[in-house]
Amino acid sequence: MISLAGRDILHSWGKFIFTGFGLGLLIGVTLVMAGVYRGMVDDGQALLDNSGADLWVVQQGTLGPYAESSSLADDAWRQVRALPGVARAANVTYFTMQVRKEGDADDTRATVVGIAADEAAGTPGWPPYLVAGRQITRGHYEAVADIASGFRLGDVLAIRRHRYEVVGLTRRMVSSSGDPMVFIPLKDAQQAQFLKDNDAILAARRRSAANPAFNRPGVPGLLEAINASQSASTSVNAILVRLAAGASPEATASAIERSTQLSVHTRARMQDILVSKLIATSAKQIGMFLAILAIVSAAIVAFIIYTLTMDKIREIAVLKLIGTKNRTIAAMILQQALALGMIGFAVGKISASWSAPIFPKYVLLIAQDSVIGFFAVMAICALASVVAIRMALRVDPAEAIGG
Amino acid sequence: MNFALPKRRTLALFAVLLPLAALLAWVALRSGPMAPVQVTQARVESAQLAPALFGIGTVEARHTTRLGPTVAARVKYLDVDVGDVVRAGQVLGEMEPVDLDERLQALQALRKRSQAALREATARRGFASAQAERYAQLLAAHSTSEELLLTKRQELAVADAVLAAAREDLVRTTADIAALRAQRGQLRLVANKDGIVSAREAEPGSTVVAGQAVLEVIAPASLWINLRLDQISAAGLAPGLPAQIRLRSRRSEPLTGRVLRVEPKADVVTEELLAKVVFEQLPTPLPPLGELAEVTLQLPALAATPVLPNAALHHRRGETGVWQVADGRARFVPVKTGRSDLQGRVQIVAGLQAEDTVIVHSERALTDERRVQQVTRIAGVQP
Repeated sequence: MISLAGRDILHSWGKFIFTGFGLGLLIGVTLVMAGVYRGMVDDGQALLDNSGADLWVVQQGTLGPYAESSSLADDAWRQVRALPGVARAANVTYFTMQVRKEGDADDTRATVVGIAADEAAGTPGWPPYLVAGRQITRGHYEAVADIASGFRLGDVLAIRRHRYEVVGLTRRMVSSSGDPMVFIPLKDAQQAQFLKDNDAILAARRRSAANPAFNRPGVPGLLEAINASQSASTSVNAILVRLAAGASPEATASAIERSTQLSVHTRARMQDILVSKLIATSAKQIGMFLAILAIVSAAIVAFIIYTLTMDKIREIAVLKLIGTKNRTIAAMILQQALALGMIGFAVGKISASWSAPIFPKYVLLIAQDSVIGFFAVMAICALASVVAIRMALRVDPAEAIGG
Repeated sequence: MNFALPKRRTLALFAVLLPLAALLAWVALRSGPMAPVQVTQARVESAQLAPALFGIGTVEARHTTRLGPTVAARVKYLDVDVGDVVRAGQVLGEMEPVDLDERLQALQALRKRSQAALREATARRGFASAQAERYAQLLAAHSTSEELLLTKRQELAVADAVLAAAREDLVRTTADIAALRAQRGQLRLVANKDGIVSAREAEPGSTVVAGQAVLEVIAPASLWINLRLDQISAAGLAPGLPAQIRLRSRRSEPLTGRVLRVEPKADVVTEELLAKVVFEQLPTPLPPLGELAEVTLQLPALAATPVLPNAALHHRRGETGVWQVADGRARFVPVKTGRSDLQGRVQIVAGLQAEDTVIVHSERALTDERRVQQVTRIAGVQP
């Protein structure tokens, strides 16, 4: 049996293929848009997975280190560690800042994570895997950076007043807003986050010296003591807790809250905070774009099929004249529309997969989205062909002769 | 000849569509969640680890003398400035005596007065003694009453007491003068040992309270580094360990030193152990006090054991282990680790043998049975 659609496609294959490519790029953008949303959710998830924690102990009444600022004493972990159900507890600090590679004029926006020093792997907060180099072994001045930051092994980074050598590289370690992470030892990070810059320290010293309450004649050493206490930093942003085998997150969380007067978030709660609170508006925005793109795609497919059908209106009239059934003509148009959709989807999927790594933010293309996307494209094409089919069926066979 | 055209078109169409389909299949299998994870592998080596400890510290002086007056006084003059070399016994400056000289003069006058009072008391006592003796003889001759004799004897006793008081008064005044002279002498700021003036905290004309430092003198030979080491990674810290010192201002010139002593008290707030590291040879010029130094302490080499890069170690459900490749898929093997060195190599105590191959780096976090693809370098990592 001769396929009418196939013959027609063969007849004008160049036009068909190019139309398919054009449609494909549009579908590609739609898939990337869905990937951007998935990437945002995954960034949040990556943040939780990478911290390796089951519970987050934060300043009382705050949503924790990712959603809002939190500051607690750096010795509070000892109390947390002593509670039943807690296998490991480690201090951590997070802060976002511009990190500059030594010798470079440009700086990179990064989330600097202060991780507790330890000999063994698996301390909560440490990067769980590396793509190059090694983990931090010194308690000071070493860094592990995410490759998205563009840093390489051996680079020297300037973070506030200290210089750090990049000894390891990791991947997909990002903050909730997608900034690459740079891991440095906790004590350095505490200094970088809570210690003021040199100018501020000098100004504070001058102010203290001018204050008669702090600079009393007859009390030698008072001013020095005040200055020392002003530049001490003993805060962290959160304590990451890993539960002992079999311990209940909720029960341990409430035990910690009762005994430390701090707030504790479980993984489920943290996920809720990150996904529903932090990226909710962005997700809605992307959802809007996705809906608009889907409508535009449908309109374009409908328009293309319609134009293709219009181009061969005379041929359709001839077909009708020679007694071709309506069903055959409708099937031809529908098949063409679906073929166009398939080419479009293939081009879209390939272009999306290839272009995804180029985007500055993480674009996650998941198989489920591709499958949904495929059926959506097919449905849109089928629907879009309805208009063309209706028009084709209305054609008067006489047009084949009359023109 | 008529069907040659559609045939060519069919070929052209397939020439476009087939690569497209192949590309789609490749993209579907090689990217996204279906793709195998790229990993790099390394062999477990048998090697001797030489662990080292790393810490930071500040340059401090072991002997610091803070020179100042023992009473509240005003600075009269200072002969030395910061950085000057001083010798033991050298007068570095003086505090103004204010009213000390006048008080000394008053005391000297008081001493003369005490001496006069002593002379007077001696004279009175001599007269009283003679009187008492005379009345005793008169009573023996029954020329006077016993009561009068008793009165004269009482006068003698009083004169004795007055004489003793006058003597003690003179001693007191003399001591007062000596004390004031000593105080006067203390106004001079004298170096107690050879050293360098490290601070000049008051200028001539300013008043300082008792105990407040005017000059600070350090002994340059006594410079050491107050080293702080994280408690977690300070195993093996002991006196005598060789140290490599990098001063902040001279990072490219490592200096050698050794641990002089380990402090018996650790810092409870910073969770650090404290040690003192001395230089083998004092650097010239001398580093400023308070300069930050990075110190690496070399521990003795350990016996050869299987070692691994620390990047290969992972943590899963409370277990430490490594990932190995079996039939192209990842498999978690728990291991027990020992000591590690600063280059990131870790001893494997149990779980692996030398010559075993393990995954060191991976493109993403591995899970059991995950398909892996061995590469020499993970995609996207620049050399």
